[in-house]
Amino acid sequence: MLSLDEARAAAAAVLDPELPVLSIADLGILRDVAMADDGRVVVSITPTYSGCPAMDVIRRDVEDAVHAAGFDRVEVRTVLSPAWTTDWLTESGRQALQDYGIAPPSRRTTSTGPVALSLSVRCPQCGSPDTRESSRFGSTACKSLWVCNACREPFDHMKAI
Amino acid sequence: MTMPALATYALRLGDDALVLSHRLGEWVTNAPQLEEDVALANIGLDLLGQARTLLSYAGDVEAAGRTEDDLAYLRDEREFLNVHLVERPNEDFAVSMARQLLFSTYQLALYERLQDSADPTLAGMAAKAVKEVDYHRDHATQWVLRLGDGTDESHRRMQAGLERLWPYVDEVFGTDDLEQSLVADGIAVDASTLRAGWDGYVDGVLAEATLTRPEGTRTPPGGGRRGIHTEPMGFLLAEMQHLHRAHPGASW
Repeated sequence: MLSLDEARAAAAAVLDPELPVLSIADLGILRDVAMADDGRVVVSITPTYSGCPAMDVIRRDVEDAVHAAGFDRVEVRTVLSPAWTTDWLTESGRQALQDYGIAPPSRRTTSTGPVALSLSVRCPQCGSPDTRESSRFGSTACKSLWVCNACREPFDHMKAI
Repeated sequence: MTMPALATYALRLGDDALVLSHRLGEWVTNAPQLEEDVALANIGLDLLGQARTLLSYAGDVEAAGRTEDDLAYLRDEREFLNVHLVERPNEDFAVSMARQLLFSTYQLALYERLQDSADPTLAGMAAKAVKEVDYHRDHATQWVLRLGDGTDESHRRMQAGLERLWPYVDEVFGTDDLEQSLVADGIAVDASTLRAGWDGYVDGVLAEATLTRPEGTRTPPGGGRRGIHTEPMGFLLAEMQHLHRAHPGASW
């Protein structure tokens, strides 16, 4: 008899297609894995941004992964509430982003405002805090474009929301 | 057939987001700099995501079997319920930035209030989107400041952009019986109550950008919420819908 833990582990290991060093559990978009009365595995995921185009791929990858773990019937649900925040990124996820060359988001200090102010973003290449934002919108909805004044390298920064 | 009021309300907000998303998409490969191509595509994508939630929900509430795609691609012009402001052509980049400021300031105020809606789907959509639209308003604000308080030429064009779109502002804050019936149930936001806060923010940006608030004398009837649109809307729909209509039911 397969356990719910096995389904959860299979779903949790699915990688984000746009940030392939992060699992969906690291990213905080895997919200719940449950077993329905009729034996279906019900996986709930939430998008990072309303229009995140990776959601369809993630949904399919989760279905495939849970099927591959031996479960016949899988349903993937998208939930919007509560809204995703970068505070749900795990510590290992933040480190993986950093190692991949993407500066992790600063932590939101309060929950009152919709957007947090970032005090300084460290260059993921050389570690310098002497960096500047070149565009608030980057290659994906969740990132902004930055340049390091010390090593001159451009880099992505995951925006705190 | 009459749609339930809630479905119509979701469609109004969804059509605003969908049509503006299309206009922003028109800038891709045409913006004045590469970063702007990326920024406007991102903003359009956020709006498209909001539109998908709202149109899907309108279809669910209507319970007539229409999907988000049916509503986006198979309705005719008279069935679209967006305000005129979002359908006006892009024209000059400054016109588009004026629209982004005027619309995102309204939409941010709307979503901030809609988070407390008694309807959980609208509340959930708004709580998510409010974080996105805060970035949109900030982006627009920075451009309006830079162009307004820039060179003589950029100032002239930014002022002209505002003048161009100002006649379409009043419609955004219009309300009607349908909206009021949902306001009474704690579901919708009375758009007319957002105007004072909007004026405060926009006036502040215009003053800092050394721009002059246009006179609001030439207000058109504003029939967008009743499906009456300006001429560019038909051309927009032709472009947005032709592929789907040429290949009904196609998917990839």
